[in-house]
Amino acid sequence: MSGGFLRQITIESDELQRRGSWMSRLHLDPWLLLLLSLIMGGGLVVLYSAGENGMAIVQSQALRIGVGLLVMLVFAQLDPMLYRRWSPWLYMLGVIALVLVLLFGAGAQGAQRWLALPGGLPRVQPSEFMKLGVPLMVAWFLGRMSLPPRLLSTLMVLGVIALPGALIIAQPDLGTAVLVIAAGLAVLFLAGLSWKLIMLMVAAGGASIPVLWLFVMRDYQKERVLTLLNPGSDPLGAGWNITQSKAAIGSGGLHGKGWGEGTQSHLDFLPESHTDFIMAVLAEEFGFVGVTVLLVLYALTVIRCLYIASVAQSSFSRLLSGGLAIIFFMYVVVNVAMVSGLMPVVGVPLPLVSFGGTSIVTLLAGFGILMAVHTHRRMLES
Amino acid sequence: MSWGTLRNSGQERELFKRRSFVAIIAIILLTGVLVGRFYYLQIIEHETYATISDRNRLQVQPVPPTRGLIHDRNGVLLAENRPVFSLTVIPEQVSDMDALIEEIRGIVQVRPEDVESFQRRLGERRRPFEPVPLRYHLSESEMARLAVNRHSLPGVETEARLVRYYPYGRLTAHVLGYVGRINEQDASRIDQVAYAGTHYIGKTGLERVYEEELHGEVGYQNVETNARGRVMRVLEREDPTPGRDLTLSLDIRLQQVAHEALGDRRGAIVAINPETGGLLAQVSTPGFDTNKFVTGIDHENYSELRDSLDKPLFNRATRGQYPPGSTIKPMMALAGLASDTVTQSDVVHDPGYYKLPNSSQVFRNWKRGGHGDTTLYDAIVLSSDTYFYKMAYEMGGAEMADYLEHFGFGSVTSLDVSDERAGILPGPQWKRRVHGEPWYPGDSVNMGIGQGYFLSTPMQLAATTSVIANRGARRPPRHLRYIDGDIPARHLLPDVVRPPVEMGEKSDWEYVINAMEDVVHGSNGTARGISPGLNYRMAGKTGTSQVFSLEGEEYDEDEVAERMRDHALFVAFAPADDPEIVVSVLVENGGSGSATAAPVARQVMDAWINGFPEVLTNQAIPGAMENNGPSGRDPQ
Repeated sequence: MSGGFLRQITIESDELQRRGSWMSRLHLDPWLLLLLSLIMGGGLVVLYSAGENGMAIVQSQALRIGVGLLVMLVFAQLDPMLYRRWSPWLYMLGVIALVLVLLFGAGAQGAQRWLALPGGLPRVQPSEFMKLGVPLMVAWFLGRMSLPPRLLSTLMVLGVIALPGALIIAQPDLGTAVLVIAAGLAVLFLAGLSWKLIMLMVAAGGASIPVLWLFVMRDYQKERVLTLLNPGSDPLGAGWNITQSKAAIGSGGLHGKGWGEGTQSHLDFLPESHTDFIMAVLAEEFGFVGVTVLLVLYALTVIRCLYIASVAQSSFSRLLSGGLAIIFFMYVVVNVAMVSGLMPVVGVPLPLVSFGGTSIVTLLAGFGILMAVHTHRRMLES
Repeated sequence: MSWGTLRNSGQERELFKRRSFVAIIAIILLTGVLVGRFYYLQIIEHETYATISDRNRLQVQPVPPTRGLIHDRNGVLLAENRPVFSLTVIPEQVSDMDALIEEIRGIVQVRPEDVESFQRRLGERRRPFEPVPLRYHLSESEMARLAVNRHSLPGVETEARLVRYYPYGRLTAHVLGYVGRINEQDASRIDQVAYAGTHYIGKTGLERVYEEELHGEVGYQNVETNARGRVMRVLEREDPTPGRDLTLSLDIRLQQVAHEALGDRRGAIVAINPETGGLLAQVSTPGFDTNKFVTGIDHENYSELRDSLDKPLFNRATRGQYPPGSTIKPMMALAGLASDTVTQSDVVHDPGYYKLPNSSQVFRNWKRGGHGDTTLYDAIVLSSDTYFYKMAYEMGGAEMADYLEHFGFGSVTSLDVSDERAGILPGPQWKRRVHGEPWYPGDSVNMGIGQGYFLSTPMQLAATTSVIANRGARRPPRHLRYIDGDIPARHLLPDVVRPPVEMGEKSDWEYVINAMEDVVHGSNGTARGISPGLNYRMAGKTGTSQVFSLEGEEYDEDEVAERMRDHALFVAFAPADDPEIVVSVLVENGGSGSATAAPVARQVMDAWINGFPEVLTNQAIPGAMENNGPSGRDPQ
């Protein structure tokens, strides 16, 4: 089979790529880009209302989005082979950084999360980096073997996941650790982890809750859980956030109070309205309709990502893309469940919408990898 | 490939697709759960959360009414509301109060007394987030300095508040009284809803009597506040109904003349228009500046007033109870004539004392040696005690009490004077009830000259004297004349009908009044000293009220310490045939009524009948003279 024939087949199999040929030359996926643009654009509209300074905060966020899109574009150009080759090194670098954090790290409120770089470079948060590092490593490891993985391999993967997980718990940063571990497990699940083991792990997870409660969780974390179970116990203290958030959401009704008319956010009843609780602003001003539209956009984004994963040509690419898609959705679920009072308050921003630079750039970097996977297929095959 | 050499690409792809399918199902389910959660919150429970959200931001705030003004009979403002800029602190927003006060001290002057009052207000009942005043009467430069430093002083605000102001604070202290901050005691007796937003309440005087009218009705506004309680906008407003303005019968010029006539002596003057009962002046000296009480007087100033030997806070005009002495002789004479105990022509020999039949007890006349043969007429003019001793003994306590009661002795005489005391009209029944003792003939004798158990207030003496001036008609004293400028006060005043005093013949009344005229105008009258230059006919009666009795002993006034001296009394009305004014004067420890009290009364009467001195009409009372004659009187 000649390269030309294959190229033709591939092109024919993807109508969209042919139509948007300038996009394919830039290695961008138009569907994904459209969905991301809708989410981020809508996010800016909500942010304009949620922020106290109006345009200033929107401009600042737009700048971060611009940087993020640039990063995405760069990441999309790289051959997936490159990511596979770098995966173990990136992982090891991350683990070393996590150890260094424990030894020399700086931080606040009793937790060490930051690592200062010499020479005036901005300080970095290795645990944030591991949100990408762990799925890369797990995908690399599982991509080298036939799937589903055997028990020994599964145990080795679990070790690969548990090492950074434990280091992050030790900082301590339980929230990030859970997300990092979940990212690894998502890849493992897609690789065909046996249902028996899944059940066993769910059972083990359930059994470990008392252990976590007694030995790992901090008082403030326990308080958040207790507050979730009974927000009325301290409506002006720990329960304030969740009470006000639910009031904002519920008072929005079907159509919402209108853009810029949200009283909960504009009169400062809703805390963190432009960061973690921005979903409540959306719900208050655009109502159930606005919420449903955003959730559907998120779901479509994830489904598009899973489609990209399913048509990927290497095991590594498949596992990595699928893992990133599931993690992305997990962020959405955790944040939205938290804001609507289904989960304890954890510091997870709403992906692509909450104000904040690190999160957006990391996420768009991930989408850049996904686009790279999707748009480099011909080269991979040829 | 280092591991898994037997890779089956197609199988792996299928496995991945199955797992992706599971993941998509899970994603759709989770999205469904989240959508369901929002459906529950936004659609099913929408009403609940809309209410919570509204309750967050919407608040009903009371809007206090503006307190009614008080004018004198000529429209002169006696009590008004002035905007005062004050520095307030919201305690809920302050973490370290002491440090904050220190910091404020660097910007505006804060005296230790201010801090003391502030601490006291902090401890009082108040609404959460209600600003507590620290400093009143900020100057403009202080306001400017505060504005510059405001950002560094969380919880500190300046506000303009209407504060009661009494332009004649010292002159009107005992008439108007004053308002003060609502304290726990007030709070328990007022309607909390009606007083929501009101800071001050009438504490004494007319401010207390007419509290309901002066206060007005509270208004409300629905406001939107942010999470820190700051009002963002007013959504709806129901205006308060301002308090009603009161116009008094009082003439501030006469009040001032009376005040000055007493000078620095302790005493009281009550002046009434006998035709209406309207109080023209009501003075108790020394006065005090009521403005100090409005925003809360500090401890030092208060104890100075409270502990002063001169008792400036004591309203002598309405609460001072003194033996009325000889001032009741005209009423007693009418009682004697009406009861046929004596006749107009009966003559009694006055040897300078009276001795009860079958007893060795001697009651002295004030004049040693006595007045010789005296009729009832002479007894009033000369103020013969002996005549009245004898008459009182013959009438007996019970009958005297019956007759005197009609004049108003022993009961509150006025309609709207706060805390007026009733005095004591003694009698056999009263003595048995109060002291559990029988009435002795000696008690009757003492009662006959207004001594013994007999007590009366200057207000009461003016009221009872005006019954004589009116030839029997009773017009209870009252302050209120008009409401809201021109509505007659009648329906606001207690609906009391006081039947006229009908005793004796009409000639008896003229007989007594003629005698009272001779007290002033006669060559032997006890008050003849004030007659020179009098261009109108005045009827009066002097009185001396014993502070303590020195029975059967001679004493020299000079030897008795000043505060042991007798109180001087004088009651009078003029012109005698058609009275326009009744005056009662009390000078504590003034000695004799004729020498001390009568000249004071004449000054007051002169001003009313002949017109006020130029100085008063033009300077002291600006704008008062527009529509009224020089004396500012009109028929009501």
